[in-house]
Amino acid sequence: MRYDVVLLRYGELALKGKNRGQFENRLLANVRQALADFPGLRVRRAYGRLLVELGDAPFAEVAERLGRVFGLVSFSPAVRTPLDLPAIQEAALALIRSLSPAPRTFKVAARRSVKNFPHTSHELNHLVGAHVLRNTDNLTVDVHEPDVELAVEVRPEGAFLYVESLPGPGGLPVGVSGKVLLLLSGGIDSPVAGWRMLKRGVTLEAIHFHSYPFTSEQALEKVRDLARVLSRYGGPIRLHVVPFTEIQTRIRQHVPEAYGITIMRRFMMRIAQGIAEKRRALALATGESLGQVASQTLESINTINRVVTIPILRPLIGMDKAEIMETAKAIGTYEISIRPYEDCCTIFVPKNPKTKPDPEEAAELEAALPVDELVADAIARTEMETLDWRARDEIADLL
Amino acid sequence: MIYLDHAATTPPHPEVVKAVGEVMMRFYGNPSSLHRAGAEAQRVLKQAREVAARALGVNPAEIVFTSGATESNNAALKGVAFQYRDRGRHIVTTAIEHPAVYLVAKQLEALGFSVTYLPVDRTGRVSPDAVEQALRDDTILVSIMHVNNETGSLQPIAEIGRRLARHPKVLFHVDAVQGFGKVPLDPKGWGIDLLSLSGHKIRGPRGVGLLYVREGVKLFPLLAGGGQEGGLRSGTENVPGIVGLAKAMRLIHEEQAAKPDHFARLKRRLIAGLRAFGDRVLLNSPEGDDEAAPHIVNFSVPGIKPEVLLHALEEEGYLLSTKSACSSKKDEPSRVLLAMFGDEERARTGIRVSFGYETTERDVDGFLAALEKRLPELLAWMKG
Repeated sequence: MRYDVVLLRYGELALKGKNRGQFENRLLANVRQALADFPGLRVRRAYGRLLVELGDAPFAEVAERLGRVFGLVSFSPAVRTPLDLPAIQEAALALIRSLSPAPRTFKVAARRSVKNFPHTSHELNHLVGAHVLRNTDNLTVDVHEPDVELAVEVRPEGAFLYVESLPGPGGLPVGVSGKVLLLLSGGIDSPVAGWRMLKRGVTLEAIHFHSYPFTSEQALEKVRDLARVLSRYGGPIRLHVVPFTEIQTRIRQHVPEAYGITIMRRFMMRIAQGIAEKRRALALATGESLGQVASQTLESINTINRVVTIPILRPLIGMDKAEIMETAKAIGTYEISIRPYEDCCTIFVPKNPKTKPDPEEAAELEAALPVDELVADAIARTEMETLDWRARDEIADLL
Repeated sequence: MIYLDHAATTPPHPEVVKAVGEVMMRFYGNPSSLHRAGAEAQRVLKQAREVAARALGVNPAEIVFTSGATESNNAALKGVAFQYRDRGRHIVTTAIEHPAVYLVAKQLEALGFSVTYLPVDRTGRVSPDAVEQALRDDTILVSIMHVNNETGSLQPIAEIGRRLARHPKVLFHVDAVQGFGKVPLDPKGWGIDLLSLSGHKIRGPRGVGLLYVREGVKLFPLLAGGGQEGGLRSGTENVPGIVGLAKAMRLIHEEQAAKPDHFARLKRRLIAGLRAFGDRVLLNSPEGDDEAAPHIVNFSVPGIKPEVLLHALEEEGYLLSTKSACSSKKDEPSRVLLAMFGDEERARTGIRVSFGYETTERDVDGFLAALEKRLPELLAWMKG
């Protein structure tokens, strides 16, 4: 069946008054952005729904994109007809006939939001159902457990007929919840944390600590690839690449090995807070989950948290590694994360890291370093780039 | 010269040539090197892999780049045979495979494997029932080509894949070299575990191809070494060739979408013209859309040595083949036509015309006119 339109549904829970308008506007803009490269495709608003007029765009590809737009609860590819009974009947018949495998039972579920349409929903069920029955073989009506439920929505824009609803990703439209800066390493956890934040409607920017030459160009490319995958869910993502070598070197020279990671992470938080202020982000987000590694004990999190005042969100805090990996695979970051390049968190791993660091002790050790100066210098030298999965680079142009 | 031998090889697409040249100049780093040039080559390779995977509807991690379909077929058959030899030693294939499968099967027989060569009917097709009946407890692999290179016969791959889904321990390899970009192909939907492609059949570079290896399938690698291509195919990657292959895959898909009935139109025209020769010309390719790919038409002219006819037509400006280019220098009947018709003379006198997207109806008409001009004199000569 060649579908004309897609009906998009979004949740209405927790949406009241002004919020609702903001939610809808943002969702509309996000759907438009996700589908921007299909010429001829139009997205419009339609009474508590959004409507995608497909034009020549292939539904399968559009559906894949819609499956990544947070805020959508479900969507249905539909055939649109004028508000005219024979046209609706013909379309219903064509739609049923196009199904493979052919259904044995069906029912019609009509709804009308245009009350001046000459037939009630109940009448429509009969009129459309009877027409389909008369013109098909081996098909019967089953109102309880039909193989196929043919929905007919009579709306001001026309009648819409469809037989399936595909699940959307749920959540809130990206952009309704303010901005968050994600600490993005090359690992498995942080991209999943970013995805979870996007699902709660935040605008995401990312920060990465690059320790060239201790970490390679490939490690940075891996992070860019992860940001590109996240951009499939939240639109283009700004990535702040912090030159971190100098700080790591100083820590290594002046801080006992066991405290290295704790102090490194305290520096990261300070720098991230500085970048967040510059970029007007209201919180940081990390991929920490409790107890995974030495730096993720409560003592460690507490010690690291002390140096900043900005909220640090940890969406994975209660998740198991297996759950995180499952999500990473589902959202398409896992394969990238397991590429074997070191990042700033895996070089200089001490043999016996402090699992229960103490904030006072950490502060004393840092006294040997010009902390503010190092942080300000790293922030000043940070470079920003924008990653978008759709952006074509010179290599893509070759292909 | 009008080139009507696209099943043998295809003229490279100018955009492919350009891309290959640019990659050779600009991205000469070894993808395994850690420096910037290496990282860039790695990035080129990664994007080429994504483009190739998209064209096949598979995951990038499931693509192994090779030196061409011969290597892909060898890697698939021997890779499965050696990897799973403790599970079983029986392989099922057909009597009409390309030598790069057929002779590998023969080699494996010499190494102690047992091979069933399924027969084909007069349309050159294998029956899915026969495939299922040939399976044994120790069968580890079924290898069946998608489109036959001599006759265009189209195997019921989707149906065979559906039957094999009931036998999860039997892997399914498809040599898809002739069909890709010309007839529908759906590796995931059809239950294919391994699939071979070649660059030079789709206007890409020669010397480069790929093997799709479904996630979860293990292969004993033919080439051991530096561990490139996930350890399945060591050797420094042919980055320019791989880019050319990926680009050719993308381009032919676009042509396929833009000209869906191009080959069918040419084939109908050619067959109608050949019919006019009456019983002097025997049509070997099946006509039905579901029986044969439309870009290959094979016919026999009994009584005339095919090389002689070939050279006569070349004098008229038309380039074509006797059977497959890979075996056309051997003066023996075509194994494929013999399997289809059991007729030595017919199998010895096959001629193959094969089209590309740039072939026109005028080319077909011109070819028919050339045949009409030269055939009577050749027949008279042979009889005299």
